[in-house]
Amino acid sequence: MTGVAIVREYASKHPWWAAIIGFGAIVLLWMVFALWPAWLIDLIGKKKIFLSALFNGITLGGLYFLVASGFTLIFGLMRNVNLAHGSLYLLGGYVGYFVSEWTGYWLLAFPVAFIVVGFVGALMQIFVFRRMEGQDLRQTLVTIGLSIVFADLMLWSFGGDFFNISPPSWLSGPVETFFATGVKRSSGELIFMKYPVVRLAIFVASVVVGVLMWLLLNRTRVGMLIRAGVDDRDMLAATGVRIQLVFLGVFIFGAGLAGIAGVVGGTFQSVAPGEDIRFLLASLVVVIVGGMGSISGAAIGALIVGLAEQFGSVYFPTYAVVLTFLIMVLVLAFRPHGLMGSS
Amino acid sequence: MAIVETESKIVRLDGTRQNWLEKIPAQYWVVGILLLIMPLFASDFMLFQIFGWTFILGMIALSLMFLAGYGGMVSLAQMTIAGLAGYLVAILGDSAITEISQGWPWYAAIPVALIVTALFASAIGWLAVRTDGIYTIMITLAIAAAFFYFARQNYEVFNGFSGFNSIHPPSLFGVDWRGPKAFYYLTLFWAVASYLFILYISRAPFGLALQGVRDNSRRMSALGYNVVAHRVAAYTLAAIPAGIGGILLTWQSAQISPGTVGIGPAIDVLVVAVIGGLGHPIGAFIGALIYVLLKTFSTDALIALSLSGERFRLLIGLSFLVIVFFSPDGILGLWKKFKVWQQRNPFEQSDGRDL
Repeated sequence: MTGVAIVREYASKHPWWAAIIGFGAIVLLWMVFALWPAWLIDLIGKKKIFLSALFNGITLGGLYFLVASGFTLIFGLMRNVNLAHGSLYLLGGYVGYFVSEWTGYWLLAFPVAFIVVGFVGALMQIFVFRRMEGQDLRQTLVTIGLSIVFADLMLWSFGGDFFNISPPSWLSGPVETFFATGVKRSSGELIFMKYPVVRLAIFVASVVVGVLMWLLLNRTRVGMLIRAGVDDRDMLAATGVRIQLVFLGVFIFGAGLAGIAGVVGGTFQSVAPGEDIRFLLASLVVVIVGGMGSISGAAIGALIVGLAEQFGSVYFPTYAVVLTFLIMVLVLAFRPHGLMGSS
Repeated sequence: MAIVETESKIVRLDGTRQNWLEKIPAQYWVVGILLLIMPLFASDFMLFQIFGWTFILGMIALSLMFLAGYGGMVSLAQMTIAGLAGYLVAILGDSAITEISQGWPWYAAIPVALIVTALFASAIGWLAVRTDGIYTIMITLAIAAAFFYFARQNYEVFNGFSGFNSIHPPSLFGVDWRGPKAFYYLTLFWAVASYLFILYISRAPFGLALQGVRDNSRRMSALGYNVVAHRVAAYTLAAIPAGIGGILLTWQSAQISPGTVGIGPAIDVLVVAVIGGLGHPIGAFIGALIYVLLKTFSTDALIALSLSGERFRLLIGLSFLVIVFFSPDGILGLWKKFKVWQQRNPFEQSDGRDL
């Protein structure tokens, strides 16, 4: 089914919702591209603030998507809520920091973090989860224990300091975008928004990762096996597929993605103890909002959570963090399995 | 009613029935008397810090044990519920933050605090029971985090980052209830009361229905039970021991702040309940005692092993892992295994055949 057909079907099923969503999209586009009239600036402040909140929200959503997609992939296939996912993220951040500091190559941090964290994920899958297959609750409890142990081990080895991964020179500094924020009083020229290149690059990268993941899942044989495993893993095993290998591969991939996200997060923000819990919670909220086990759900959820966090911190600074949880509660109350989840 | 209570009547040889005092097993007498005479030989530190804290933590873990063991719902929000009760006592009663604290007398503040806590817990329950299994853990964890951030950001009601201090228990009957002996007996009383309360509920028709819902919710709903109502009611009931524990915790440290209801403490409650064992209410208190002993004395032990004393969390995490790995039913499960092993006939194989 093509995109147009999906939109048409949705519009015929829910005409009112389609109208509201369409109207919202038009208003948003107008707010992004038009020069704001004075009454709007009086009402919600300068366009520059709005645009940077929008951009920060979308790019933060990209980072959340990187973390949450591995989490949701592992859950979807193995029914395993890996509450140590935040620890894997933080480990990736530390690995990335030391690699880029020692070698001086920022790009090298990504494959190294992927391999190291993926290896830790493989050890977890082989020595822990394989031994207690089918016992969801026990696996979850073990991941809680692992996250406590990992957090303390990392505090022990890396200390409580903040680390900042610095991006290479060709990615640092702002770039001028084509979004006008205002008009110069003196000359009448348009003022264009400036935005950090590295955030844009990382956002593009996360979109690429998302698209590649979608292609892998929907267009390859391995992806077919994974999707079959999500639907009915016993049946898949009965057809002769070595399901343990599929599990191992998915776990390594999900953990490696968390490691890459750690490098990204360390460049965006910082690597420090406590970030593991923060990103675990973020990915929990993302997958609860988006729907467990669904990649597209993770993308939508990450976008919503990232935007809510950034707009919240600009327009209601006190309760910015609470806003994301409020969204989660609302989604739960009306769609217990998430926006894209199947019951 | 479909459930028929079959009362076990133990009849003596001379035909008279045992009275209820005689039915209590001997080990209960030993533990009970030991706990009652503890202040005669234990130091003030032991009474106030070790046992006071054990009983409080045990009550909060007991509420989780009730939900997880009898209801099959692992809630990480129990520390949040306890913390809310503590906050409400500070807000409605007396504290050093006189701009916020209402200064109500204790007989008004405490019941209102517990009632509001129970309502809050029901709301959490209503949200959480819409999902099941591992989803419940995630949602209650997210709720706990939301409450933590809210309490830290809100200065009008929760006084933000610093929270409340100088919250003292009322001096009822002219006793200073924060004195070590008095506080020991206060916490002991409420711990025993909560223990008996949960034990009673678990054997009452409601508790049996709840266990039925845990084992097979579809069958119970086919039998005409309202599954959602039972689950939400379990959250409401579990809020009572948690709330009392939270109020006592606030009195013990004389303060409450967002750190009390953080994500770490919320997970610690789960650790305590799982280490002790989710099979029986006593497990919560066993787990709490182990946790408190580890937390208090691990620093010295670690330094003796020439490790830094800060590695307490590593120790607690590892012991949690070991327990979950080898005995999913916690210490209680290990005890049961030991008993089975003890009663085994050495001349038989484990499946009962002769060698």
